Amino acid sequence: MVKFSILDHKLVPGHIILSGDEAKKVLKAYRIESGQLPKILDKDPVIKAIGAKPGQIIKIVRKSGSAGETISYRLVVDSKVTLTKI
Amino acid sequence: MAGKTKTLSKKENKAKIVEKIKKILKARKDYLPPSVIEELSLKLTSLKVSDKKFELIVEKTLESYKQHLIDANEACGIIAAQSIGEPGTQMTMRTFHYAGVAEINVTLGLPRLIEIVDARKEPSTPMMTIYLEEAYQVNPKLAQEVANEIEVTRVIDLCHLETDITNLTINIIPTKEIERKHTSLDKILNALDKVPKTSSRIVDGKIEVTMDEPSYKRLQSSFKTIRNLKVKGINGINRSVIRREGREYVIYTEGSNFSEVLKIKGVDRTRTTTNNIQNIYEVLGVEAARNAIITEAASTLAEQALIVDQRHIMLVSDLMTYDGTIKAVGRHGISGEKSSVLARAAFEITVNHLLMAGQRGERDPLNGVAENIIVGQPISLGTGAVQLMLDFNKLAKSK
Repeated sequence: MVKFSILDHKLVPGHIILSGDEAKKVLKAYRIESGQLPKILDKDPVIKAIGAKPGQIIKIVRKSGSAGETISYRLVVDSKVTLTKI
Repeated sequence: MAGKTKTLSKKENKAKIVEKIKKILKARKDYLPPSVIEELSLKLTSLKVSDKKFELIVEKTLESYKQHLIDANEACGIIAAQSIGEPGTQMTMRTFHYAGVAEINVTLGLPRLIEIVDARKEPSTPMMTIYLEEAYQVNPKLAQEVANEIEVTRVIDLCHLETDITNLTINIIPTKEIERKHTSLDKILNALDKVPKTSSRIVDGKIEVTMDEPSYKRLQSSFKTIRNLKVKGINGINRSVIRREGREYVIYTEGSNFSEVLKIKGVDRTRTTTNNIQNIYEVLGVEAARNAIITEAASTLAEQALIVDQRHIMLVSDLMTYDGTIKAVGRHGISGEKSSVLARAAFEITVNHLLMAGQRGERDPLNGVAENIIVGQPISLGTGAVQLMLDFNKLAKSK
């Protein structure tokens, strides 16, 4: 099998792990807590590929048809812990 | 200044203008999406304007951009639902179409749209679009080779089968297809090892399969197994069609197996896709699945010549992938997981929801739309979302 990275696929947008400070800044800007962000499971292939841990916030740079480029955030969650109320 | 810009090439000029716009935005601490900046810069490159006017243009653009932003508390979900739902009524109910690709049958129209929002495990007509790497994409021979690697080849595709009832054997007589598909008798023999209770050997360019126990019934059942025995290819991919698109060859397949196809040499791993969204989710993750939902839904609608703004579709796919998995829109997914009892009861299976809520002693804070309509209160949307009360005492004092 030839090795390849799924991050190169055109359907996969850029995923960037935010540092603690950056994460705080984002949450402050939106005036929310991390639990209010959309989630991404820790068993997600992209999360495995970039090596993020539950609790970290991922910055997603999407190509958007309307805005050209948009920035979105997702919180990495443990897939074993069932999500209670969202 | 104007004379200087003239000597620059158009491209450089545009880059300069983009920089200029960004500088103005930064100074104003404002934001414009990249696509707007792009469009603005394209228009500004053909104009000769003074710096003052330039700033004014950016200012006006910003003003117009802000006017077009959706208001806080706007019921964007309802707008999205109506904007997708109304054109949906005009969709042809039954469309089994040949989607431009020779012979490959793809579900389109309303059934396909329902499939997408229902987050089905497997679409009714799975299909892959396989792009090839640079070296392979312009060479039809190499493209055919890749297609042969991918498409499932069965014994029946390569050989004639004969049953010999007197000796209770099955004779496999190779045809020219073997060479065309780049296989050999040995490979077929290897595959035949997996058929239980038989032994096979090559006799004069044919394969003879003998039964371990002489039984006519056994012979018949083995015949069926051997007929459909896979010699090579990827499970799930039944057929492939090679088509020329522009200067490159693209392989379309009936059936889909995303993870396996990506392992084949010569396949472009950055562009190859499938219409099986679950498959994409498993291999490439939620964000890729979100993109796939958008492109699939948009192309289904566009194919029927229906114009739906992509923002509505984006909203739907955002909601479907909100918790990191793909959830269906409907009773088993988003609507079924609403926190409010009354909202769930208003949607489907009313009695069950009310009964279960009664057993558990659930509370309903009346935050959503459906529950407030049920009890006859203003809904918490638009102007209803703002809660203001006039303090008459303060009013009296201020006078």
